[in-house]
Amino acid sequence: MDAFGNYKSVISARIADKAVLKKVQDGGIVTAAFVYGLENNLLDGAVVASVGEEFRAVPKVATTVEEILEAAGTKYTTCPNLSVLKQAIREYGCEKVGVVGTPCQIIATRKSLKYPVGFRHMNDKIALTVGIFCMENFPYNGMKTIVEEHCGVKMDDVAKLDIGKGKFWTYTKWGETKSIKLADTHPYEQIACHVCTDYTAELADISTGSVGSPDGWSTVFARTEKGEEFLNGMVESGYLETKPVNEGKFGLELLAKLANIKKSKNQKEIDHRKEIGLPVPY
Amino acid sequence: MVTVAHVQLSSCCGCLVSLTDTYEKLLDVLGAIDLVYSQTIADAREIPEADIILVEGSVCLDDHHAMEIAQDVRKKAKILVALGACAATGGITRFCRGGQMSKPIHSSFSPITEVVKCDLAIPGCPPSPEIIVGLITAAIEGDMEYLAPFSEFAKNNTEACGCDVIEKVVNKSLCMGCGCCAASCPTRAIEMVEGRPLILNEVCIKCGCCGFQCPRIELPKNVMVLE
Repeated sequence: MDAFGNYKSVISARIADKAVLKKVQDGGIVTAAFVYGLENNLLDGAVVASVGEEFRAVPKVATTVEEILEAAGTKYTTCPNLSVLKQAIREYGCEKVGVVGTPCQIIATRKSLKYPVGFRHMNDKIALTVGIFCMENFPYNGMKTIVEEHCGVKMDDVAKLDIGKGKFWTYTKWGETKSIKLADTHPYEQIACHVCTDYTAELADISTGSVGSPDGWSTVFARTEKGEEFLNGMVESGYLETKPVNEGKFGLELLAKLANIKKSKNQKEIDHRKEIGLPVPY
Repeated sequence: MVTVAHVQLSSCCGCLVSLTDTYEKLLDVLGAIDLVYSQTIADAREIPEADIILVEGSVCLDDHHAMEIAQDVRKKAKILVALGACAATGGITRFCRGGQMSKPIHSSFSPITEVVKCDLAIPGCPPSPEIIVGLITAAIEGDMEYLAPFSEFAKNNTEACGCDVIEKVVNKSLCMGCGCCAASCPTRAIEMVEGRPLILNEVCIKCGCCGFQCPRIELPKNVMVLE
């Protein structure tokens, strides 16, 4: 099975700005990409997942570095990023838009570029798609139940959420850390995620995620020419620190293992749905 | 040279405006085709036989001229394309109910996809210039893979509505909340609430965009190839 999809190169990287590194989820690649894009006139806006009240995820068109920084960090709940895609071009007048999204959102973006039925004059204005690795997502109230009922933390007090090492981690604004076993979060998963067979955002220009790299670093795939050029630019202008990706047990091997688990598990669900006569889009 | 005709039935001409809204690409398109009929921009009076006939607008069942044209274009076209919401899904004309002067009897309107067999249908109000050019280019090149979703849409989606994304996606445990439907909607009839579409039915004009764009209703194979 092809675990990662096509790519040109893969590295481990993190954002060079140490102050920003403290605020980001892992290596801060998405933040670095959009900040680099805005500061170097390669982007004039980006569709991001910003934080709303009680750690809700709110799609937003960010046009300043401050807005990009505010949106750093994973929210672990659905954020309909694409819903503001056309807005970025019409209302904000952006001509070089960056889009960040989960694999399904990158797929949706690719479809809207290939078949832009309701997307007038958008094709040439999507300058970069950045995909983030995604195993599954939670509806807001699912995430809230995990955080409030299982971890005992009020949503208002959440500073950061993370999934890693088999656990769902909640970090509070007061410096506490709570966690529960990932197995206990399964009942709150969005069921529509169970027909998804893309773990590493295989259709993005650049894909990034935590698995495969040490804490505080991200694994980064450059998949398209555009993505590779953009990534090289980030490295050359000093926005990123890089090191070769670890091929071994805690590097690409682990990433491939997780990707294949997602693919085979969810392919079974797709086959099952077909068998009992339910529709699947593939 | 591929011959193309543009025929207007009950519509606003916005689909043709959309075709011409391709700036310099319009010249490429017009250079690659022979536009043999279009009442708005050329003076041919009789619809000739053509490789591709683009029909915009729905068919007034109470107007025998419209009914004759619908039959006529089916006979004369190698590829008959329902261009835009009115032709493909009925669009705004789904709300027609007659009673207005000077033809109070003109009360029934159907998309041409329901009146004669159409080969392809492009939803949207209007469809984007890029998709019209994309479809014409694919038709000229015989790229059947690219055209497949339009062929599918012509067969199975004549009664499009915002409810499609509820019935075919949310109700089928397929919606992952990407928000593509909301972005594609030309009237902002879709709000995303708790990561799911909420359809404002009184605002929906039944153009078919949301259902066509949803990657969880149809995901063409050619989308999944990184170029």
